Amino acid sequence: MSARRITRREAMKTAGALVGAGVLTGISGVLPTRAPTAAAQASTPSGKTLRIGFQVHRTGIGAVYGAWYEKTANAAVMYINETGGIAGRPVELVAEDDGTDPKRGVEVVEKLAQQAKVDFIFGTLFSNVVIAAAPRAGELKIPYLVVSEGYHVPSGKMNRYVFQPGITDVHAQVTALVPWIVKNLGKKITMVFPDYAFGYDHRDFGGAAIAKVGGKVAALVPIPPTETSFTKYFPQIPRDTDVVYHVMVGPGVLTFVLQMGEYFGARKPKLFGFIDSLEGVDMASPGLDFLEGSHIWEALPRYADGYPTRYETFYRARVGVNASGASQQDPKNVSTYSHMFGVWETLFVIKEVVEQSGYEMPGPEGYRAFIETLERFEWFNEGNRHPQGAKKFVGRLHQAFGQQFISQVQNRRLRVVDRTRIEDGMYKPEGDYTKQPL
Amino acid sequence: MSFTGHLFLGLLEGVVSGLVIALTAMGLSLVFGVMRIVNVAHGEFFMLGAVFAWYFSSLTGSFYPALVAAPIIVALVALLADRFILRPIRYAPEPTIVATIGLLYILQQLVLTFYGPYARPVAAPIYFRVDFPWFGYSGYKLVVAALAALLLAALWLVVTRTRLGLYMRATQQDREMAQAFGVPTERVYAAAFALGAVLAAIAGVLIVPVQQAHYLMGLDALLLSFMAVIIGGVGSLTGTLVAALFIGLIDGVMSVFFTPTLAKIVASLLVVFVLVLKPMGLFGGDRL
Repeated sequence: MSARRITRREAMKTAGALVGAGVLTGISGVLPTRAPTAAAQASTPSGKTLRIGFQVHRTGIGAVYGAWYEKTANAAVMYINETGGIAGRPVELVAEDDGTDPKRGVEVVEKLAQQAKVDFIFGTLFSNVVIAAAPRAGELKIPYLVVSEGYHVPSGKMNRYVFQPGITDVHAQVTALVPWIVKNLGKKITMVFPDYAFGYDHRDFGGAAIAKVGGKVAALVPIPPTETSFTKYFPQIPRDTDVVYHVMVGPGVLTFVLQMGEYFGARKPKLFGFIDSLEGVDMASPGLDFLEGSHIWEALPRYADGYPTRYETFYRARVGVNASGASQQDPKNVSTYSHMFGVWETLFVIKEVVEQSGYEMPGPEGYRAFIETLERFEWFNEGNRHPQGAKKFVGRLHQAFGQQFISQVQNRRLRVVDRTRIEDGMYKPEGDYTKQPL
Repeated sequence: MSFTGHLFLGLLEGVVSGLVIALTAMGLSLVFGVMRIVNVAHGEFFMLGAVFAWYFSSLTGSFYPALVAAPIIVALVALLADRFILRPIRYAPEPTIVATIGLLYILQQLVLTFYGPYARPVAAPIYFRVDFPWFGYSGYKLVVAALAALLLAALWLVVTRTRLGLYMRATQQDREMAQAFGVPTERVYAAAFALGAVLAAIAGVLIVPVQQAHYLMGLDALLLSFMAVIIGGVGSLTGTLVAALFIGLIDGVMSVFFTPTLAKIVASLLVVFVLVLKPMGLFGGDRL
């Protein structure tokens, strides 16, 4: 493709995506079919550029995730634009902060759809925000592609416009992981989880999976995600617990782990944590030696030697993450590596679906083509576009399923010790969005 | 764990958090007592203390410079706020509330812009674990509680035994009369505002090895301080201390035996009851 002839430097020189984009499509006139249409649209102000609304947690308790989601999204869009855009059209991100606040989340969806008139909305993480905003996206009839992990999407309780094609949901994660926990760590399990939708997915599906493989839930300890002091919750963990299954989110995650260490000391039960408890946290942080030897779930290993494929290496470099999972510019700024790949992959799903469906502009016709095409996808192959690994996509659930990693804390870093297969996480489907009207 | 173990953990958590709340709330109480203004940005001084503590301790590799430098910087911020925000609006009660809400957002967003959304840890200067028969506890938290108690005692000495304390008490009782007797009330205002900010900042510095510096951490501190000040009686330092310990203990004991959410509900109900039964608070009056 002739578009490849344009180097990154040249693209930058042409003053950003908008102007640069005109040149890109001009040169890529050899692109099959799409390009002439794109060029024709160049005269209308809203045409041409594909505008993707990005609902991002820039502030509020999801802000660390938000910062990395944004970095990843920008890197992905830059790469897309360098390699010919989407269907020959340049891509522009329209980012809007929702403060990790459900109420604001609804307004952001409205603003992006009605004022900014974007083509799609994507990128929401926190499940309380997704659950609040998704119905509005359905009412406004605009595709809403979340990167949230929550089971709300595949449960069938959202709507035809809501997809999660870039990251595995919690139900599938725990279905894959719990047999490993019970087999390797112990049967009596206490679950510590955040007291809102995302945590309830862990409680419900983790609990069910534990019972299914002969384990027992010793106690359930819900903790509000805004909590800052945790010692007072630990008496709820029975002393004869074999394993503490912990998953926390929010700014208090490090305190949570530290105080758990102080509370238990050497008499600690075995620990199985979800990386959420440590996302954005430097493994060398003071007091974390307590985690030594414990196991952690990762969706994509933070340390580069965990899953050293060519695609992963490429993705890591493009986003600007070093071999220890931190920013290349600031090694103290640790990424949310097990979640943000979902942003990258979702943008490439949009690219693949737009290109296959012939989507051109917002409206019932374009969206019908987009949605029906995406629902027909069965696989996303591993590659630069899907660096976390291949994904099985179940159209009726609007949900992707990928592999999971189990790491152990060794010498203050995470070392991958096991990997689950996609099949391990598959569960009996409940919902079927394809039956809903468009 | 036995009943005794639970109770002991509840009491311990309660006293420790009560003393930290007291330290933060004392600044709010002092500012209200002397200046008759409600400083909604008070929690942000706590947050700034924590954030600067992170900055200085990562710059120097040690916690102790932060313990000195962070409160000084926060005091400067407070003095600037007093000079350029509060004084021009003549400390009028309603405009002050609006202005300090503005200050709250400005400080929060500045920190978000320059420091980022991260919750960054600071190593505790002294780390040891106290092993009780039932559970282990952070030794540093006990040190924080002791330091908070010491600082509260020092504050009491300042208010009752020094010239500045005398000026502050005089200004509180009757500003015009104090001025007539040669008390430089404007400077007393500035000093009270800065002192209040310093107390919050020190609390922030002390708490940061336990809780990490985060740009939204001021909100909790503000709410708890308000509760302590309202229950204790606005402007009464003794009342604030008693109320802070009370809130801490309720939170600690209720959280351990029932749930932390119930503890918060009970503490909030308590504020309502105190306001209904004793609108001036438990120790409400005109004296510091």
